[in-house]
Amino acid sequence: MSILVNKNTRVVVQGITGKEGSFHATQCKAYGTKMVAGVTPGKAGQEVEGIPVFNTVADAVKKTDCDTSLIFVPPPFCADAILEAADAGVKLIICITEGIPVNDMVKVKRALHGRDVRLIGPNCPGVITVDEAKIGIMPGFIHKRGVVGVVSRSGTLTYEAVHQLSTLGLGETTCVGIGGDPVNGTGFVDVLPLFEKDSETQAVVMIGEIGGDAEEKAAEYIKKHVKKPVISFIAGITAPPGRRMGHAGAIISGGKGTATEKMKALEAAGVRVVKNPAEIGQAVKAALGR
Amino acid sequence: MNVHEFQAKQLFAQFGVPVPRGREITSPEAATAWASELNTPVFVVKAQIHAGGRGKAGGVKITKDKGAVAGIAQELIGKTLITHQTGPKGRKVHRLLLEEGANIAKELYLSILVDRDTGWPTFIASTEGGMEIEEVAEKTPEKIIKEAIDPAVGFQGHNGRNVAFALGLQTMEPAVINPFVQMLGNLYRLFMEKHAALVEINPLIITKEKTLVALDGKVSFDDNGVFKHDDVQKMRDLNEEDPLEIEATANSLNYVKLDGNIGCMVNGAGLAMATMDVIKLAGSEPANFLDVGGGATKDTVAAGFRILLKDPNVKGIFINIFGGIVRCERIAHGVIEAAKEVKITVPLVVRLQGTNADEGRKLLAESGLKLEVANDLWEAAQKIVKLTGKAA
Repeated sequence: MSILVNKNTRVVVQGITGKEGSFHATQCKAYGTKMVAGVTPGKAGQEVEGIPVFNTVADAVKKTDCDTSLIFVPPPFCADAILEAADAGVKLIICITEGIPVNDMVKVKRALHGRDVRLIGPNCPGVITVDEAKIGIMPGFIHKRGVVGVVSRSGTLTYEAVHQLSTLGLGETTCVGIGGDPVNGTGFVDVLPLFEKDSETQAVVMIGEIGGDAEEKAAEYIKKHVKKPVISFIAGITAPPGRRMGHAGAIISGGKGTATEKMKALEAAGVRVVKNPAEIGQAVKAALGR
Repeated sequence: MNVHEFQAKQLFAQFGVPVPRGREITSPEAATAWASELNTPVFVVKAQIHAGGRGKAGGVKITKDKGAVAGIAQELIGKTLITHQTGPKGRKVHRLLLEEGANIAKELYLSILVDRDTGWPTFIASTEGGMEIEEVAEKTPEKIIKEAIDPAVGFQGHNGRNVAFALGLQTMEPAVINPFVQMLGNLYRLFMEKHAALVEINPLIITKEKTLVALDGKVSFDDNGVFKHDDVQKMRDLNEEDPLEIEATANSLNYVKLDGNIGCMVNGAGLAMATMDVIKLAGSEPANFLDVGGGATKDTVAAGFRILLKDPNVKGIFINIFGGIVRCERIAHGVIEAAKEVKITVPLVVRLQGTNADEGRKLLAESGLKLEVANDLWEAAQKIVKLTGKAA
């Protein structure tokens, strides 16, 4: 078992003829993901690595039965791309694009509210179910099929954690990058119940960072609903207040959203909080009694 | 991106939010000229820096004497103000706002920002104008009024009335209720149309003449939205930014200067923060946050080196790259080429992991460069701290 995506997931890539889009579509296909369609307006009839290109997502859905979209469309047009996918009936939208204006995301989030569609991201590495489907920009080879679910606000820091899990022989089920933006589609509290229900996942690694209160919300949820061990690292304990640390979301303001506060909330909920990011894998191993 | 108070007030005026008559001033002569034109019983001279706490630091002067304005301008321009937000070095004053005074009957607080929890733009208001809102929120949370605006339909009259009556404007001054509701609508338009991250008026005053005036103003913009607005881009004041941060932006690097002495260069924001944290755990302090992004090349690495080495506090450099799509042997080539171009005078530890890490490490080891190579994060952090000595 796994969550969100598996070997039957059928993917359409929006922005497939761009540099990023074509490169990653090819990489995902090579991993074994069912990459069934691409969309670039005006380029229908072309192919990218054998993947047929359509003018609209609606056409792609009609012709290929794709159920999941992977988006590489540049920031100014990205809100439109997400809404197009939702309108075409795609059920899972994974948006990699970094730099979407917050107010665009405010409108997108409102428009998707109450509809039967899930948005992951934006500004995220995507989702991978190990050995089944890689839908994103993460390096596939660092993953190893195993028992740990990973959910993270960061990209390369997730790779770091995954690398440790794989090296220690624990392996992963599904890894979900929820993205570093202040307004995003899916939060920790949306992913945690999926891992809790998944029979193959035995422990969850949750990687947070400074800013906002997603980790505090997650702590509340875990306390009430999660029985599986959760191991967490929060990046940014050394970050000064009021400064944006790369991710638009990574900003502490008014003493709220500090790493220390988040760690405290998580520890109070029974989460094993790791202070040293180099020890994430070891902490999972210990939690699983291996 | 932040702008000055006078620029925030220009935007307010453009969107129909009442502000005192005022103008940006950069010389005593200009101050005299504008003071004559302004012709008001009370003159207010305010230093324009991107930091709060200006009043307490002596950056705001009030006078009834038109003749004294030039002298005040003379005194403030070029002065360095130290406030709780500038850090110990303070900030040099390059420009002033000279405006008319107001007859204050009541001070309020008003701001709008996106509530990350709901993803909706939300007004925050309080009767405690002129105070730090964080302090109000902590000590008297019942005095904080919140009103979320549904982005699907935008601001509605009832949103404004909810805030007005919660503040008690009906007992304070009923004449300002309608203008207040209209003002909130205008601020919402400004917030959404200009891609602001925060619009704050503190204090918003009710005057003795029963009008509303934004007596102070702060606007900051979403860095991801600024590209849509030429007028906003023109408001950027490079005097208010760290020169190294300006250079980093020009090279598409994400750099924030900090106070420690280990410079770090990392791919990815989360890993960059984690690297800073691990330096601290190993017993030292990071000199910066630097994210070279997903597509690190020789040129970006070279630019990164130049920026790190310009900071005199940097006593050692730690490069931490987790190669995903970026292959480590390419990074290694970049480091080798860049190190030839830029003379590295401090110890260097390079940690490569991920795609083609072995090849990358081998290239570095054989390059003849004076550097240490590491496999894992903790090992690398300990190495660089050992080479530079622990923080004092």
